Amino acid sequence: MSATPVAARADEVWKVYGSAEARVVALRGVSAGFASGKFTAIMGPSGSGKSTLMHCLAGLDTVTRGTVHIGGTEVTGLGDKALTRLRRDRVGFIFQQFNLLPTLTAAENIRLPMDIAGRKPDPGWWDTVIETVGLKDRLGHRPSQLSGGQQQRVACARALVSRPDVIFADEPTGNLDSKSGAEILSFLRASVREHGQTIVMVTHDPVAASYTDRVVFLADGEIVAELDEPTPETVLEAMKSGEVLV
Amino acid sequence: MLRATLKSLLARKLRLVLSGLAVVLGVMFVSGAFVTTDTLGRTFDNLFAEGYATTDVAVTAKPKVSVTEVEGEQFETPLPASVVSTVAKTDGVKEAIGVVATDGARVIGSDGKVVTSFGPPRIGANWTGLDAIMRMREGRGPTADTEIAVNAEVAKAAGIKVGDKVAVLTQLPKQTFTLVGIWGYTDDRDSLGGVQEVAFTTPVAQRSMLGQTGVFTQVTVRVADGQTPEAVRDRIATELGGAYDVKTGTQLAEESSASFKEALSFFNNILLGFAGVALFVGVFLILNTFSIIVAQRTKELALMRALGASRRQVINSVLTEAVAIGLIAAVLGLAAGIGVGALLVYLFGTMSGGLEPASVGVPVAAVLSALIVGVVVTVVAAVLPAIRASRIAPVAAMQDVATPDRPLTKVTVAGALVGAAGAALLGVGLYGAGSLTLILAGVLVTFVGVALLTPLISKPVVALLGRLFSWSVPGRLGRLNSGRNPRRTAITAAALMVGIALVTGVTVVMDSAKSSLAAQAEDTIKAQIVVSGEQTGPRPPSFDEGVLTRARQLTGVRTVAGVWNDQAVIDGERTYVNATDDLAKLADAYGTPGLTTLRGDQMAVSSEVLQERGWTVGSVHEVQLPRGELHRYSIAATYDEDRMPGSYLLPAAATKEFGITQPIFGYVRLDDGVSVGQVLPEVKRLVADSPEVNATDRSAFIEQQSGDFDTVITMVQVLLGLAILIAVLGVVNTLALSVLERTRELGLLRAVGLGRAQTMRMVTVESVVISVFGALLGVVVGAGLGTAVVRALDGEGITDLVLPWDRMGLYLGLAALVGVLAAVLPSIRAARLNVLAAIAHE
Ligand SMILES: Nc1ncnc2c1ncn2[C@@H]1O[C@H](COP(=O)(O)OP(=O)(O)OP(=O)(O)O)[C@@H](O)[C@H]1O
Ligand SMILES: [Mg+2]
Repeated sequence: MSATPVAARADEVWKVYGSAEARVVALRGVSAGFASGKFTAIMGPSGSGKSTLMHCLAGLDTVTRGTVHIGGTEVTGLGDKALTRLRRDRVGFIFQQFNLLPTLTAAENIRLPMDIAGRKPDPGWWDTVIETVGLKDRLGHRPSQLSGGQQQRVACARALVSRPDVIFADEPTGNLDSKSGAEILSFLRASVREHGQTIVMVTHDPVAASYTDRVVFLADGEIVAELDEPTPETVLEAMKSGEVLV
Repeated sequence: MLRATLKSLLARKLRLVLSGLAVVLGVMFVSGAFVTTDTLGRTFDNLFAEGYATTDVAVTAKPKVSVTEVEGEQFETPLPASVVSTVAKTDGVKEAIGVVATDGARVIGSDGKVVTSFGPPRIGANWTGLDAIMRMREGRGPTADTEIAVNAEVAKAAGIKVGDKVAVLTQLPKQTFTLVGIWGYTDDRDSLGGVQEVAFTTPVAQRSMLGQTGVFTQVTVRVADGQTPEAVRDRIATELGGAYDVKTGTQLAEESSASFKEALSFFNNILLGFAGVALFVGVFLILNTFSIIVAQRTKELALMRALGASRRQVINSVLTEAVAIGLIAAVLGLAAGIGVGALLVYLFGTMSGGLEPASVGVPVAAVLSALIVGVVVTVVAAVLPAIRASRIAPVAAMQDVATPDRPLTKVTVAGALVGAAGAALLGVGLYGAGSLTLILAGVLVTFVGVALLTPLISKPVVALLGRLFSWSVPGRLGRLNSGRNPRRTAITAAALMVGIALVTGVTVVMDSAKSSLAAQAEDTIKAQIVVSGEQTGPRPPSFDEGVLTRARQLTGVRTVAGVWNDQAVIDGERTYVNATDDLAKLADAYGTPGLTTLRGDQMAVSSEVLQERGWTVGSVHEVQLPRGELHRYSIAATYDEDRMPGSYLLPAAATKEFGITQPIFGYVRLDDGVSVGQVLPEVKRLVADSPEVNATDRSAFIEQQSGDFDTVITMVQVLLGLAILIAVLGVVNTLALSVLERTRELGLLRAVGLGRAQTMRMVTVESVVISVFGALLGVVVGAGLGTAVVRALDGEGITDLVLPWDRMGLYLGLAALVGVLAAVLPSIRAARLNVLAAIAHE
């Protein structure tokens, strides 16, 4: 146990879908802490429970057994109102696609969570975020007028601008070409390095994982390995040995 | 193909239920109207068959002015007593009874109020003993002139019992009698069809009901054994000659029933008219639903095309669906219509007091109209979407969704053309031909035109309306959503427009008419006090002529004039006429100079009638009143129709030959400087004996006279409620769809922190914006149509144009409320969305 505070934590989390024959155990007693100010990747084969773990951590889904904390708050057991507020004020999301509301401009999409909360973005921070994601001249455009990469940048900006305790990203670069993907990943890493943002990202891609500080490997609903300071090579290595493990 | 169609039909239940519901409601209205008229028709058949069951043959004098049930109240011309003895002596007659029985005996109940009747007459009759279906409940028939008996209907309604002193209003001033008997009918009934009846001795009945002794309204004949009514009828007819109608009881029952049925068919047509409007609105809803279904099935249909289905097959697939929905809806609508019909018949029975409805039947017309209307309306509404479906290119199966918003140019041009055609029809209808059909067609075509223009209008207006809600995030999102699909928003709003436009139009016309008449009355009636009645039954209330004489003696009174009203035949044409006891006084009460007292053979006729019938002052015309002989009146004077009551004014002598020989209006003009407050209580005291009539000051009278307009407005509002309800279903439908289509967006919003309440607010704002937009269109279009009609009626005395801002505001407010209500279910659905499932939704 290190002294760094933990932004999000799962303790003995079980997630079971369905019952009887259709029963699927997606998570089998996962315990993991995600350190504040760190960039963590969750990797694993398809169906291993990555998205499920992330949804449980983010308060989008309920757990079958175990507890989840965000900061000091226990997420498991919160009602819809409190969960909504938690998501609004303390969590940021970046999905693989369909991140934006088509009726709103880029700027409005970025401001949305703050508008919903009735808060004003800190002007200095706003400028910094817009600067970082490079969207200055695209703010008035609607999503349909933006490329996929630009749309994902808007989504990143939205997640960053309200300075949440933790940002969850589920394969944020999955739909992008490698250049746009690299840009997004650079922003994310920069926001962690320079501004102390905490980010948890699900990915399949060893290169994407190499942007992070730590990789957690899931297989069949269990954590099977961890890797600090990953490089594409070490990740690939771990994946190979992970496969052997399974 | 059929199999695929049915499958997809089942898969989209909710939407189909909603659009089907529109057809169900429309069909319900149509078949309900048929069922009601049919059942009531048979009810009247039964009623009259029973009423005439004890009459073999009846003799009446030919009416001098014949009036059908639709046109007003028939006054039965009295026949002399000699006819009774002539008939009695005729071969084959067992018994001939002189009967007095006519409407207009108004009993004053124990609470001091006149017993009212909504429809059935209040018969005053002579006591001729119990017939085969009457049963004495208590006491006996009247034998002295101070006695009466009543049927149990009257006794119950008036709260009177045998031994009570009971006051009765007739053609004579109030008389008080001792109640000596109460009778009922077979099967323990209180009345036949709610008819109230008071029986006097024969001389009292003759004086009170017919205004003279020695006359009867009818001779009721029983034929001797072994004689047929028909044979006896013919013999009596030969005996009496042409001045009398001789009919068998069966004939009379059929005729009376037929006359009531004519009145019913009028009622039926009104219901059908409103059903038509409801279905018209339903077409919008169905059209919208099918467009949406086709849009959603683009991929599926394209795949079918790619797999080799022809255009025709695609069209057929959509139309088959329409036929299926139409059929199901028609059957459900028919069932609901039968229910509504039964309910209406029941209500009619209760309201008219004691009418026993025949068992509810389903006429063939109801079944046929339900099926035809249901299927045709649905298919017609589905044609356009079907054609659009057939135009889907097979490649659409491979492309990714989101058919771009087609440009609105074509629709807009079409809308402008159709709208212009509608306006042209309307113009010709209003100013040229003056035909109601053309006007209605014009209104409907205009609606279609406006509906086509709506997508274009919706953009700026919806944006503007939405501004009102933009202060909150959910409000802004809702506003943006309502602008996303201009066509869908437009059709939804247009459906709402139709009902609201019609209501607004009628309100404008009625309020304008009301205000014009009030202004005119304000302008012309100089009398400060008016004696007039509140209608408590089929006959207008009247009062004793002595009231006028006594009012003349009050201090501070300058003139008093009475007005009598009835129908007469003038030069072969039946028309309403007024008479006055003194034209000079009436002219003074109205402040119209230049009219003097009429001689007994003179009348005054409005200049409008003179022009219309090509008459001149001094010309002589034949006038037949309900009683008495044909008169020849010369036209002594003429006046502007706005300046005096009615088109014809007959002399005082004529009032004796009116059906109701009492005045129905009295105008009291005061001396200069005398205040109304001084005289009004005294005049009120004079009419204290006539609870049906009251003395009011002028403004209250004018208000009372214009009450009818408000009644019409209320009726139209209620009847168009159905059309508006269907439009609301359309709003629900559109919203449900929006929620469904935007599942992913909703999930995203919820994920980034939009609360449930906020989600609901977002959907509600969308709904309110659409509804208010529709209502706004309706109010504007309705005000336009109303204005056109009012302007066209300028020559008919509707000179004021009144735009009822308060009511228009009310309609908008109600639309906002409707929007909120329509959003309830869709918004709950949106708020309940599982965030994860929504995000995963493809
Ligand atoms: N709603 C659900 N109902 C039933 N089973 C589910 C549900 N969601 C996920 N699962 C199952 O849970 C397991 C883990 O799913 P999860 O989506 O977390 O996998 P993943 O690691 O994100 O996979 P991928 O890389 O393909 O996105 C899988 O076996 C999946 O089939
Ligand atoms: Mg996943």
